[in-house]
Amino acid sequence: MSRERERVRKEIDRFRRDGDRARKENDKPRREVVTSPRTMAARHLRYTASREIDEQTRLGEVYMRSLVRTQFRLAMFVCTVLGCVVGGLPLLFLLVPQLREVQLLGIPLPWVVLAGLIYPAFVLGAWLYVRQAERNERHFAELVDGQ
Amino acid sequence: MSTAYGVTAVVLVVVAAVLIGAFGLRLSRTTSDFYVASRTVSPLWNASAIGGEYLSAASFLGIAGLILAYGADMLWLPVGWTGGYLVLLVLVSAPLRRSGAYTLPDFAEARLESMAVRRVASVLVVLIGWLYLMPQFQSAGLVLRTVTGAPVWVGGVLVAAVVAVNVMSGGMRSITFVQAFQYWLKLTALALPLVFLLMAWRADGSPGLSAQDAAGWALPLSGDREYGLYSTYSLILATFLGTMGLPHVLVRFYTNPDGRAARRTTLVVLSLLGAFYLLPAVYGALGRIYVPDLEGRDTVVLTLPGHLIGGMAGDLLTALVTAGAFAAFLSTSSGLTVSVAGVIGQDILKGGVRSFRTAAVLAVTVPLALATSARALPVADVVGLAFAVAASSFCPLLVLGIWWRRLTSAGALAGLLAGGGLACGAVLVTIAGGPYTGLAGALLAQPAALTVPVAFAVMVIVSLLTPERIPAGVARTMVRLHTPETLNVDRGDWRPRHS
Repeated sequence: MSRERERVRKEIDRFRRDGDRARKENDKPRREVVTSPRTMAARHLRYTASREIDEQTRLGEVYMRSLVRTQFRLAMFVCTVLGCVVGGLPLLFLLVPQLREVQLLGIPLPWVVLAGLIYPAFVLGAWLYVRQAERNERHFAELVDGQ
Repeated sequence: MSTAYGVTAVVLVVVAAVLIGAFGLRLSRTTSDFYVASRTVSPLWNASAIGGEYLSAASFLGIAGLILAYGADMLWLPVGWTGGYLVLLVLVSAPLRRSGAYTLPDFAEARLESMAVRRVASVLVVLIGWLYLMPQFQSAGLVLRTVTGAPVWVGGVLVAAVVAVNVMSGGMRSITFVQAFQYWLKLTALALPLVFLLMAWRADGSPGLSAQDAAGWALPLSGDREYGLYSTYSLILATFLGTMGLPHVLVRFYTNPDGRAARRTTLVVLSLLGAFYLLPAVYGALGRIYVPDLEGRDTVVLTLPGHLIGGMAGDLLTALVTAGAFAAFLSTSSGLTVSVAGVIGQDILKGGVRSFRTAAVLAVTVPLALATSARALPVADVVGLAFAVAASSFCPLLVLGIWWRRLTSAGALAGLLAGGGLACGAVLVTIAGGPYTGLAGALLAQPAALTVPVAFAVMVIVSLLTPERIPAGVARTMVRLHTPETLNVDRGDWRPRHS
């Protein structure tokens, strides 16, 4: 996850440098008479990240894509694990018939898993997901607000 | 069994539902109140309400009945109905809340900027809602007949009338309180009798299954059903992916204050459902031990207390279970009616509170007519078909809409029509003349394994072929769907049309 963030940061820095250079070049040939001191203008030389997103610049797109990609990878990870467990169980019972007849405390293993253990496992998975998804959002907010 | 207790239980639940509904009446005045309770519902209330709304007759009665009939393979049904919320949590919950959509058609319109997609989504919502309501009314008739001997149609009419009045007078706000109350009632009504049943079973010397059942019924993939593996996988797919496409579930997400709360609410919902679904399997197993040849298997939950315990205690427990069953009919039907009526009121009639009331009447009368005229199939099977339709239409729309920028209105339209159309066709054939045998029978009874991939494939391929129809505002919509609310960014100015 941190490597991904590092990569996004580098990409963003590159865009920013390019943007600053382009702006400087645009400014170069123009000469204007300063009629009033615009002290406020200097502060906006560098766009804030949220403004990049609002104006849908390419840099803003990079921010958004990094967020969506990170969240999507997390979602896909959970779905893959879920798919393996849920999709694997019928296959396991089919290929290893002995497993069907194993008894735990007098209850057949399929019942122990499907009518019991799988529910707390769902809740645990959901809890871990919520924690990580909120962490991703916090990182994104820091990336955008911290500029 | 004494009829008086059963009737008392039904009357109590109905009166309680109406009273709590009336309590909400003072609070709901504007259209916005009717639809989303003005977003002032706290997370635990909201999660209880989702649980209360979601646990239908199929969960309360149907699962135990199907487990009694078919054994271990049916354990996947409650697993899928719970696991569907995990899929919903990771793929849909927060972005959907952030989209600001009240209903699935709203989401379709916001994301794809197309009225055609909105209209198709509206029709699908109404179809899924009716398909889901029909078995609720049928089960109400069955339960009332079992408990009081009344004709089958009485239960359905009773539930439909209470729901229509409640929805029309209170709208969403009162429904939230009713629903939250119903979850806890249902949990109690299933858990408490089970404690007594297990005590009676212990006192009886803890009899086990017959040797034949222990070698067949209790083991997965060993039942008499043909194509057991296909059916199992298809069932898993339909339930896991169908949950996110149920119209009455989505409305609840709007009552969360933000995307983060929507996630946390889903987490609580998973815990509440997990706790509830531990129970029906035990009823199914006890039923297999004591009443293996029960006529009308959907009534096993009602029959066991009288059979195992008997006497006054048995009657009281039966009354409690009956109350829980009616809570299930009322809560699910209310939630569905609100959603279906909302869509009919907005997209077919002209909108506003008066249209909503007309729509509420329409929303219950059609499935009521279907319920009285159609044959009674096992309730959990029909509800399973509603999940299959949802999984083949709204699941791809939501997942691709939230995560894939290149989805186009043409792609979404084609996918909804292909997946939803195929699944609806299978449903109609099954309800009209099923169940059929052989491979065709398995495909028709569990269409999801075929129709879900078709829907996804059609949506993706047609979208790729029509790149010029990518919605103009997709970048802004992505910002709206995915950025946390704490950030001050421009999320566009789309608003759902009613408010």
